[in-house]
Amino acid sequence: MLKQVLSITLLGLRSIPERLGPSLVIVVGLAGVVAVFTALLAMAAGFQSTLEAAGRPDVALVLRGGSQAELNSGISREQGTIIKQAPGVAQGVDGLPLASAEVIVIAELMKAGETTGSNITVRGVEAAAFTLRPKLRIVEGRAFTQGLRELIVGQGVARQFEGVRLGETLRMRGSDWTVVGMFASGDAYESELWADVDVAQSTFNRQGYSAVRLQLAGSGDLQTVKDALSADPRVNVDVETEQEYFSGQTEQFRKTIGALAGVVTFIMALGAMFAALNTMYAAVGARAREIATLRAIGFRGLPVVVSVMLESLILALAGGLLGALAAYVLFNNMAVSTLGANFTQVVFRFAVTPALVVDGLVIAVVIGMVGGLLPALRAARQPVTTALRAA
Amino acid sequence: MTRTGFVIANLWRKKTRTVLTLLSIVTAFLLFGLLQAVNVLFSAGADFVGATRLVTQARVSFTQSLPMRLLPQIESVPGVERVMWSQWFGGVWQENTQLIIQAVDPARLRDVYPEIVMPNAQWKAFESTRTGMVVGRNLANQYGWKIGQKVPIASNIFPQKDGSKAWTFDLVGIFDGKDEEWQRNTSGGWINFAYFDEANQFARGLAGVYIIRLSDPDAASGVAATIDDMFENSPDETKTQTERDFNIGFFKQIGDIGLIVRWILFAVFFTLLLVVGNTIAQSVRERIPELAILKTLGFKDGAVLGFVLAEAAALCVIGGLVGLAIATPLGVVITKASGGYLPLAVDAKVWLTGAIAVVVLSLAVGLLPALRAKRLTIVDALAGR
Repeated sequence: MLKQVLSITLLGLRSIPERLGPSLVIVVGLAGVVAVFTALLAMAAGFQSTLEAAGRPDVALVLRGGSQAELNSGISREQGTIIKQAPGVAQGVDGLPLASAEVIVIAELMKAGETTGSNITVRGVEAAAFTLRPKLRIVEGRAFTQGLRELIVGQGVARQFEGVRLGETLRMRGSDWTVVGMFASGDAYESELWADVDVAQSTFNRQGYSAVRLQLAGSGDLQTVKDALSADPRVNVDVETEQEYFSGQTEQFRKTIGALAGVVTFIMALGAMFAALNTMYAAVGARAREIATLRAIGFRGLPVVVSVMLESLILALAGGLLGALAAYVLFNNMAVSTLGANFTQVVFRFAVTPALVVDGLVIAVVIGMVGGLLPALRAARQPVTTALRAA
Repeated sequence: MTRTGFVIANLWRKKTRTVLTLLSIVTAFLLFGLLQAVNVLFSAGADFVGATRLVTQARVSFTQSLPMRLLPQIESVPGVERVMWSQWFGGVWQENTQLIIQAVDPARLRDVYPEIVMPNAQWKAFESTRTGMVVGRNLANQYGWKIGQKVPIASNIFPQKDGSKAWTFDLVGIFDGKDEEWQRNTSGGWINFAYFDEANQFARGLAGVYIIRLSDPDAASGVAATIDDMFENSPDETKTQTERDFNIGFFKQIGDIGLIVRWILFAVFFTLLLVVGNTIAQSVRERIPELAILKTLGFKDGAVLGFVLAEAAALCVIGGLVGLAIATPLGVVITKASGGYLPLAVDAKVWLTGAIAVVVLSLAVGLLPALRAKRLTIVDALAGR
């Protein structure tokens, strides 16, 4: 039985060069489906990992109640001090709470060759901000000096937008800011410009802060901070870990791209399946006499069915691999940007992960199976005598 | 047998093949219709607002509110007919659904946007009800809101004086658009700026962005420059552009979606080209002796070329029509399902690009086999060489 399957399959595969065009249809059709599927989901995966890498489980983010995003939030100076002194906040080497009150404003930058600006986050930070983001390091130039109108620029922004190279000046609200350094962090913060919080407040006429980040002293201290702040009538805030905040932001994007990928892949898969059916019908049609001969000399029906399906599967798998490869070569690590929760650009890279490639191949295999099944059955059912007599 | 009949009979000879090929073309054009509608949404979606209005925003970003004190200066610029302002309210419905709600002056809104259609009584009610709100037809239908009811809407930015972010507004009007495109844009709503300005905790006299109706659309660039010059080097530097450019910029912020859609379209079409091209080539290959006989019977080379090309075109035209015909109602369904946030209109524009695609596809897949058929020499073909 196995031997029969093997010999018929090999016979079929060897004749593929004679039917190269039709066979290529399956390969290219599935390559298209898998490439589109993988590329779309690689975008969602890249966005998700960029944001999630930015969130730490041991840092609490405090926003004004009901704000949902840092941009909408506002916390006065007095409230900022109260929040920092909450119990459960770790102390720095100087004995002060390890916390950073930060202000967010938005600037418009242009991409190369574009005439409409994109929103970029400008974050005013306190000194402790760097301790709260241990992954962040200056890769070029130096950090800004406190009290001066100086900026450091995230690598993602520097690559995608113009006017923020080292030494250039940026004009915001009638004042000039000098770019003195570039930083890398491998996460969403790379999409921002950072400055001294006091200078940012005075330039942008802000009395308070957008958010306060707190280093939690221990694992159970999120609740301690929450309890203390909700009991305090002077503040009305939401407290969550930075990790929760960022993963909440990816949900909408993931859903949207997931739905888009689902619909597009489904429709394309249907098209590819019709094409595969077409090809395999043509293949068994062309080999009708050969198959009938095999049946006449004693080969059974089942091996014929299996071998036709195997051929379709092998072609489909080849197409799937080609598609995944195309998605990897064309898109992996490609940097794009979209709007994040703060209504500013988040720069991220496509991530073609092994799991996505496997999913894509599974789709290819399923389509290959379906595309091979009906033609295989027809091939096996053909009456031997009719097929032998056919032209 | 007529020539048309001959083409149809040939197509119908291998039923399975023809039907399967047709189905792949149908799915491809179904996808084409929907994706092209997305593309239109992102690239030219702002066309209909025209250039009769300018938007003045803070130079640094439109999220930075401009103060009310700029109003008299903007109104004094020659060529400016009427000015309104709109402040983003950050509306949130129930748990987490963001709504497009803006605080405006009702009378000014009516002057600046004549495209918005609402009965006079409802305009008057909006002006005279401090806690009044008007919403677009799409938004009202989505949540089943009726005029006269109180609508609880939270703001994710502005607390009331008592610190609560829960606001309640009286629904006093439901507006429509003057045509189909404006009607699609009725997913938002407006509240009374005077009430908002007084009742919220910290934003006083913050206008947001200014929207300017021009007396002469041709003067747009001049007026824009005058306004921006006026505020240069002040703490409130402005950036003034046509409403169309403002909207395009807004959509562009969503990022490289247009680019990605084009990549998908490309992948779909490339795949399709191969599938259909191969089928036609195959059917010509199989019929070489027949084609030779046709020529022997006296059909000219051109006629044979025509037969093959007609077969290709028939497949593409029928598949394209059916695909787009399915995409059209599907777009409506998606628009409804997304609550108006993804207004996919498979409209005349999309059909037109679809028609062009059909022609291009027919030629691309039909021409090579057709030329092959035309060049056949009778003797070689009949001898099977």
